[in-house]
Amino acid sequence: MIGFQLGGVAAIAQRDVLKLLRDRARLAVNLAFPVLLIAGLGSVLGPTVGKVTGLNSVTLAFTGVLPASLFQSVAAGMISIVEDRETDFARVLFVTPISRFALIAGKVGGESLVALVQAGFVVVLAAVFGVPVRFSMVFVVVLLACCLCGAGFGLVTVAALPNQRSAMQVFQFLIIPQYLLAGVLVPLRGVSAWLGVVSAAMPLRYLVDLTRAVYYSGTSSYGEAVTGALVGDVVLVVGFTAVFLLCGGLLFSYRERSR
Amino acid sequence: MLAIEVDELVKRYRGAVDNALDGVSFRVGEGEMFCLLGPNGAGKTTAASILTTTLAPTSGHARIAGLDVVADQARVRREIGIVFQQPSLDLNLTAEENIRLHAVLYGCYPWRPSWRLMPAGYRRQVTELAGLLGLDPWLHSPVRVLSGGTRRKLEIVRALLPRPQVLFLDEPTTGLDPRSRRDLWAYLRARHGLTVFLTTHYLEEAETADTVCVLAEGRVVEYGSPDSLKSFYGGSLEDAYLALLASHGGPV
Repeated sequence: MIGFQLGGVAAIAQRDVLKLLRDRARLAVNLAFPVLLIAGLGSVLGPTVGKVTGLNSVTLAFTGVLPASLFQSVAAGMISIVEDRETDFARVLFVTPISRFALIAGKVGGESLVALVQAGFVVVLAAVFGVPVRFSMVFVVVLLACCLCGAGFGLVTVAALPNQRSAMQVFQFLIIPQYLLAGVLVPLRGVSAWLGVVSAAMPLRYLVDLTRAVYYSGTSSYGEAVTGALVGDVVLVVGFTAVFLLCGGLLFSYRERSR
Repeated sequence: MLAIEVDELVKRYRGAVDNALDGVSFRVGEGEMFCLLGPNGAGKTTAASILTTTLAPTSGHARIAGLDVVADQARVRREIGIVFQQPSLDLNLTAEENIRLHAVLYGCYPWRPSWRLMPAGYRRQVTELAGLLGLDPWLHSPVRVLSGGTRRKLEIVRALLPRPQVLFLDEPTTGLDPRSRRDLWAYLRARHGLTVFLTTHYLEEAETADTVCVLAEGRVVEYGSPDSLKSFYGGSLEDAYLALLASHGGPV
């Protein structure tokens, strides 16, 4: 029984990977966007942010853009469930004997795999632009957490919004402010009280901070690059991810059954 | 033994004023070909959706092979195959990849990443079914390049692969050429023991059914064999159907 469910998870995940490999435009955009942000914006911010913080601005951008692009890529991939729903492919999946949670797990696994493959390319290209590559098992776990949190975020968006157009519009509205207020390019310090409150509600903030905490761990730049407490970041990332996945899974399943 | 039992089934969609299904009851015996007829909006697709576990009923009961469609969803899904009214294929995959995904999700075969690595039984069964419906030349082509009729054949192959006890066909032959349509019906007829639940607008297809159930405005207005309907109303099945709808004041 477990083997059957795992086989289903693998089949759904493989479908997402095949879709990405066959959609060259999406593949190119997904690679170009983070690389442009890291190399382009990172360099532009050098004379200002780099000078004030004493950090290499390209490396700083890399440690922000990498978790952000993983989060965004997986969340956007989850929204493609709506596309399946509109082409009736979702109905085909829902009438199979496999559990709905296995279907969601397959989707999360596939989109995460796709995002991690893209992240691998981004790391290689970032290294070409002079970003020191510091890899550890903990760093990989943090990147995986970015994928899972993004999956939960996308699932909640899909579950709350029934059609593709509204889901994509609201998704953009929810993602773009996070790039600014989660400290993706610049660590957040000295923001006004109300912006601090808004920023605190954004899951990406804790993913970025956690990524930097692991990347800069043991270096003299840690204090400048990391703005929060490590334990607090871990607790909030786990909390956001668990709540998103649980609520999103239950709400999505309920909405499909009770149209 | 009964393949399908439906008792006082009611469905009201969220925000709707009227019931889409309003106390529908019928029985379908094992191996029977059952046809649900009715004008647009009569409730045919709603009934099929509840029986295939994709929609929850508001009240009433329905059982497939003795299993409750609400309480025993997972087991019901193992017993049924479905061809939906709307196209429901993944356009990014090949024809065979669509079939393989379905076969794994039904637990018919273990997951393998490619056609060559799939068990020989799978490859034999897919080749046989594809050959039957003339799908074999396109088996490894992307669905995106297939014609509407070929896509329909693919959906039918996909539904038959798990060897279901009850096959739900919601307007299945739309887009099929006459020969493919004839081949499909010949195949379905030859499959002894397979119960077919058909919704269609083609009255010549309804004519081949063992039992016809006519729905209008969410209610059963007639139920019986095509011959009994014809003898009661006179003329062809089409005449009987139109006379029946007119007598109930619903849209034809």
